[in-house]
Amino acid sequence: MYEKALFFPAGDQALVVELGETVSPEINRRVHDLTLAIEDQDIPGVIDLVPTYRSLLVQYDPSQISIHELQASVLEVEEGLAERATEEPRVVHIPTLYGDEHGPDLEFVAEHAGLTPEEVVSIHSGTDYLVYMMGFTPGFPYLGGLSDRLATPRLATPRVETPSGSVGIAGSQTGVYPAASPGGWRLIGRTPLMLFDPKREPPSMLSAGDFVRFVPLTDEDEYSGIQDLVQQGEYQVTAERKR
Amino acid sequence: MITATFEVTEPGMLTTVQDRGRYGYQRFGVPVSGAMDEFALRAANLLVGNDEGAAGLEITVLGPGIRFAVDTWIAVTGADLSAQLDGEALPRWQAVEVHGGGVLSFHGMEEGMRAYLAVAGGIDVPVVMGSRSTLVKASLGGFEGRALKVGDVVPILPVEPGARSIPLGLPEGYQAPAYGEHHEIRVILGPQHGAFNEEAVAALWSSTYVISLDSDRMGYRLEGPPIEHRTGPDIVSDGNPLGAVQVPGDGVPTILLADRGTTGGYTKIATVISTDIGKLAQAVPGQSVAFKAVTIEEAYQLRREREAALVAIRDQKQSRKGSSPGFIILVDGQAYDVIGEHGEAVSRPPTAGGAARGQSRQATATVDGHTFDFEVEVQRGD
Repeated sequence: MYEKALFFPAGDQALVVELGETVSPEINRRVHDLTLAIEDQDIPGVIDLVPTYRSLLVQYDPSQISIHELQASVLEVEEGLAERATEEPRVVHIPTLYGDEHGPDLEFVAEHAGLTPEEVVSIHSGTDYLVYMMGFTPGFPYLGGLSDRLATPRLATPRVETPSGSVGIAGSQTGVYPAASPGGWRLIGRTPLMLFDPKREPPSMLSAGDFVRFVPLTDEDEYSGIQDLVQQGEYQVTAERKR
Repeated sequence: MITATFEVTEPGMLTTVQDRGRYGYQRFGVPVSGAMDEFALRAANLLVGNDEGAAGLEITVLGPGIRFAVDTWIAVTGADLSAQLDGEALPRWQAVEVHGGGVLSFHGMEEGMRAYLAVAGGIDVPVVMGSRSTLVKASLGGFEGRALKVGDVVPILPVEPGARSIPLGLPEGYQAPAYGEHHEIRVILGPQHGAFNEEAVAALWSSTYVISLDSDRMGYRLEGPPIEHRTGPDIVSDGNPLGAVQVPGDGVPTILLADRGTTGGYTKIATVISTDIGKLAQAVPGQSVAFKAVTIEEAYQLRREREAALVAIRDQKQSRKGSSPGFIILVDGQAYDVIGEHGEAVSRPPTAGGAARGQSRQATATVDGHTFDFEVEVQRGD
């Protein structure tokens, strides 16, 4: 982590605020704390904030604020971070049915790792994964923290369609697909939750800085029970504060 | 009563509803979208008396056929796609009155590649996450999340009562942009120019690139001499600014545009300045591009000039052609339309007291219960 933020102009209407060089939960935490603090400040002319692994992209309107004024405001917010009370991050539970038709690659992942499918499920659901950032497609979380033992290469030929809610592994990453899309991930399970719904506010179930916990479902009945509630808009997402 | 709509009667290549874009949701991975040539859309809106952020159509290369159900006003700006109204050439960058049943058609690309259609009131599609813009890739926003097709009936918002009169065209001293075939694109170095050595940066200024056919609303892929990295091409993924000149491992730059992904893991050597994004949007695949470095202060100045042009369009004192002449009051040189108690246009100065056009007289007005004495100069009327 840098001692002080570094600034890089990105054209005449965006500013990169870089807090470190590497992927680490500490640097990332600071990115999210800074994002929330800047938002609280309501700096005139700030139009959008894009927090990522180790930096924050600030989009601004130069007719309201110059890059120099913006940098000064961000530095001031950064200096005040130490005194700012921050909440512990959320841990969002994602109920997941592992294996069979919902996780057609579970057997392969187990074989590749030299484990039983049950062990794969136990390891995968036994970790809280940090949402480092959102990107790639609306509602897609970049998760960190997959056990090295579960790392599995991508499919040589991507699937034409991966169903929405699919939980998969690609290399040393794990993730969940918010919408049906083509993809080369090894699918080990599926959640009945809708991670992204444009009609919801906020539309995304997850935010950068949250943690995700995959909670194994016992059978198809439990899966469809939750699916029904989701479709009726009555499902209550389980989330707790990280301890 | 006939609902204000228009119907698509002929297919176009890619016609989508766009406004100024979707902000506040990039952190959830939602691309900004919006008009590729924002200046052209904003100008079109102002010409028909809309808020500059109203939704219009972005019409790409081959325009659709459009039949209006009601009398309204339209303006077509941006590319010259040979627009015709009821079979006659339609002037661009100008508000034009359309009668119910009137048909707008396009007959071939002459200059630029994206035209914008604004309709008085603006296009009425649901606001999704603060915007009416279409993101086809994610089936988000716009008209059913997709490009328009034959048979679509697109609703138009009512014109607000008391909306100011409609200017005719571009104000004196302002010219419609010429798009040309070679494009000088001004950029600011960075954010990751540190990943390149001096020779690579010098090569960026001296090379000419051709816009690849593999270019779309997400980004323009360029063909030309590769730019070599000093360090590797990959970085820890960060935010993608509009106009980023991204250089992946093969050294061939791609410029990220309206529908770009929110984050990316390639080095960005430079970023196109805001005023030149629209120029790129009108640059056609096969045409050439050269980059020129400017300072951020120069970019701010160019942007101020562009904003001033839009203000000048908005503040014109002309009224809509063909309608009854409006009555305008000048206060400190600023023109205000006079409207009646119910929002109706007032065409005849009730207090002109026989003053002829160009003459002045004293008058009083009541605004929010306060009475003001002022001098009235009659601008129009008999």
